[in-house]
Amino acid sequence: MADSEAILAPQEPGLRHHFDDSAQQLESSTLGMWVFLVTEVMFFGGMFGAYTVYRNMYPEAFASTSHFMNVTIGAINTGVLIFSSFTMVLAVRSAQLGQKKALIAFLILTLILGCVFLSLKYVEYHEKWVDHHIPGPGFQYADSRYAHQAQILFYLYFAMTGMHAIHMIVGAGLLITLIAMSARNRFSSKWYTPVEMIGLYWHFVDIVWIFLFPLLYLIGHTK
Amino acid sequence: MSHQVVSVRVYAAVFAALLALTITTVAVSKIELGEFNFIAAMTIAVIKGTLVVMFFMDVRRASSMTKLFVGAGLFWLAILLVFLLSDYLSRGWLLNLRWLSRPG
Repeated sequence: MADSEAILAPQEPGLRHHFDDSAQQLESSTLGMWVFLVTEVMFFGGMFGAYTVYRNMYPEAFASTSHFMNVTIGAINTGVLIFSSFTMVLAVRSAQLGQKKALIAFLILTLILGCVFLSLKYVEYHEKWVDHHIPGPGFQYADSRYAHQAQILFYLYFAMTGMHAIHMIVGAGLLITLIAMSARNRFSSKWYTPVEMIGLYWHFVDIVWIFLFPLLYLIGHTK
Repeated sequence: MSHQVVSVRVYAAVFAALLALTITTVAVSKIELGEFNFIAAMTIAVIKGTLVVMFFMDVRRASSMTKLFVGAGLFWLAILLVFLLSDYLSRGWLLNLRWLSRPG
């Protein structure tokens, strides 16, 4: 047993015994990650479907809510998230090149940008609280014609941005794990699959926001 | 692990394009274009999403199998949205749609 282990000792770091080589292992990881992301597309797709139906049922009410959305913060947050995707892709690139310091620096930068996004989201949620725009018994709306219908939009707003924020928090936890792993020299230019896979997750969360921003913030500004 | 490393310049160009498209989508939302406002916003969002998927998520260099799975995911999302809307529209539950309920 000890002999066979010695013979089978991985030539390539990170290679598990049930894979032929690193390329096959990376291919499996990438495919598996994408299968997970497709389930996430379906998950968010259900909420986008609900949004589509209700927006078409109550177009005027939905358009009227845009005046109570903080477009400035929404736009800044879009930029922050895109910037964090950029730093994430640079982190993966640093891992490919085996640059440990740059890898850690870009991961920390990505984490900071994620926290900036969440902090601005907190400011927005606080505004909604102060304005009584949280759906429920305390909900108040300036235009009494749309009070009930606008509540549906704010319900969708909190469901969609809330689920998105939870994904960001999970992503922040994953980034902290990656930073700790990099600091312990777990990655090399030969094996950095977790960096790449969590990168895919981070970009996916970015794409969700790319669609949420125009749908929730920019629907009725010309009216 | 055979992928060649992409130069920072490519990633920076994609980043700049994404920022420019974000500014464009905010600017276009302030102009009255009727139904075209929604079409423009969604077109820009799809372009941005495609840039992220192709370059940042590196699907343009991924294996055919991965591309097939990504495509299947989008196809299933299309089934969800198209059949949902066809159901609501054919029952006449979305009469607010302006282009469907022209006077007459």
